[in-house]
Amino acid sequence: MIWEAILLALREIRRNVLRSSLTILGIVIGVAAVITMVTLGKGATLQVTSDIAKLGSNMLQVRPGQGFRGPGGARSTSPPLDPKDAEAIANEISGLVAVAPTASENLQAIFGNENWSTTVTGTNNAYFQVRNWPLKAGRKFTDAELSAGASVCILGSTVCQELFGGQDPLGALIRLRKLSCKVIGVLESKGQSSFGMDQDDVVLVPLRTFQRRIAGCQDISAIFLSVKEGFSTEKVRLEIERLMRERRRIQPGSEDDFHVRDMQELVSTLTGTTRLLTALLAAVAAVSLLVGGVGIMNIMLVSATERTREIGIRLAIGAREREVLIQFLVEAVVLSLLGGLAGIAFGLGTAAFGSRLLHVPFVFDPAITLIAFLFSGAVGILFGFFPARRAASLNPIDALRHE
Amino acid sequence: MKTNRANPLRPLIEFKQVTRVYGSKQAAVWALAGIDLQIYRGDFVAIMGPSGSGKSTCMNILGCMDRPTTGSYLFHGLEVGALSRDQQALLRRHYLGFVFQGFNLLNRTSALENVELPLIYRRISAKERRRRSQWALELVGLRGWERHTPSELSGGQQQRVAIARAMVTNPLVLLADEPTGNLDTARSQQIMELLCTLNRERGLTIVMVTHEPDIAAYAHRIIRFRDGLIESDGH
Repeated sequence: MIWEAILLALREIRRNVLRSSLTILGIVIGVAAVITMVTLGKGATLQVTSDIAKLGSNMLQVRPGQGFRGPGGARSTSPPLDPKDAEAIANEISGLVAVAPTASENLQAIFGNENWSTTVTGTNNAYFQVRNWPLKAGRKFTDAELSAGASVCILGSTVCQELFGGQDPLGALIRLRKLSCKVIGVLESKGQSSFGMDQDDVVLVPLRTFQRRIAGCQDISAIFLSVKEGFSTEKVRLEIERLMRERRRIQPGSEDDFHVRDMQELVSTLTGTTRLLTALLAAVAAVSLLVGGVGIMNIMLVSATERTREIGIRLAIGAREREVLIQFLVEAVVLSLLGGLAGIAFGLGTAAFGSRLLHVPFVFDPAITLIAFLFSGAVGILFGFFPARRAASLNPIDALRHE
Repeated sequence: MKTNRANPLRPLIEFKQVTRVYGSKQAAVWALAGIDLQIYRGDFVAIMGPSGSGKSTCMNILGCMDRPTTGSYLFHGLEVGALSRDQQALLRRHYLGFVFQGFNLLNRTSALENVELPLIYRRISAKERRRRSQWALELVGLRGWERHTPSELSGGQQQRVAIARAMVTNPLVLLADEPTGNLDTARSQQIMELLCTLNRERGLTIVMVTHEPDIAAYAHRIIRFRDGLIESDGH
């Protein structure tokens, strides 16, 4: 019976190709919008996640001040970090792969008559590991250079490009403030971070060199550290917080004057935000699906009126109310499912095009495709039911007399 | 659906003081004002009468598409007025065949598919449907016209398709509402001869409404209606 009804519905739809396609247009657009939004949203989420992974996996940062929470002024009153803090963390906290204390300052890097304003960071070799940042050319610092505070530097790819153009920078001397130092390596390009900062605009020097010959003080601006695979970053973070409170002699009950930033936390915040936005957009798109359903209801009502005589004939030869109801309902569902299929094809096409335009990966999501398909079927049932009921409850005598 | 097949002497159709009232109170119209009627198996009955005399109402009740306001309609011993809408539909599906003045075929649908229609509701397989429908079209002399749609057939041919559709389920009773009303004399005669053959050779019970005395003359029994009552009933 259902099979007969489906065949019949397909025949009815074929008879009115133009009207049927206009009827399902609403569904097509609604489904396509949902699919496009969700697919692009998934792509954006993936993009953000992989961007953050590029910053360094399992990375924690310890910085003075209260981080995101307090106003800017709070930071200046917090005492800076000490190089011994980094040593203490490295010695006392288990589950760490590497600890890299850093100190940074913005200044001019000069080579010949080129000069470029950049960030100079003093650190050690652990930094490359923590930031998951290999060298493109040259070498890392030697232990001797690190302990002696030698005049050597490693360039980020942007700085290298700006100062040297296409030339080989290795062995050249660049000037940082009054310090003349030799280029021993070039970092691999990391590209822009998700926050729009150029991560490659950096010059690395040994920490000791930075403290003695650039900043003139021992202060540390941040400690980068990476957590071993299998250790919870959350647990390590809590341990570091306890250790730092102890070292900075913070009374119980008073606020931290430092913060430990967890990259995982950042990942979840950002992906959470994109997910929320995706959900909102998809919800708006779903509304258009409902509007499409009203279009189906409209046409089914017209169709039921047009075919009153046919309904009369069917009732007279012994169709039960239920059978006429099923016939019309199946027709509405077949229509809306066809719309759903067309919408899925159209939506995936738009999403593929859009993801290329926005430079986000194209992520096919079978779950949302299935949901959109089933939802369009549900729209057919919901909006097909009323016209079908009306058709089925006709009195056969009146229906036969209808002109 | 169980009906009482046991007693062949009982009438197939029995009206006992059937009334049908439209509207209520002061505005009430008595379309049928209390009718007693018995039709036996194998009868060929013509119902005549002026417009508004109640013959169409009578046909609607006979066809289980309407119910008596009061009184009792026994079909094959079954009280039709007590049946639900769906049960009445099943009664029509299994025991009744309809032929209408306006043919009432589905447009843009082939003759064969039109004839198959009642079988679809009987859950009969596609192959068997085809076989029976072809048999029914042969019965009405339309072999070779299976693929034609109603608009490609003459009025007489359309009415034959309608008769084939009514006959394909092998009904107990054929109800024909002015079957020749839209046809010329020659075609009317062909249709009436077909009905007579079905009545004679297959023992089909036929109840037919008509205006025309020469069409009614084909029947064995003529019932005349006037003002919701039976005026005469005879052979």
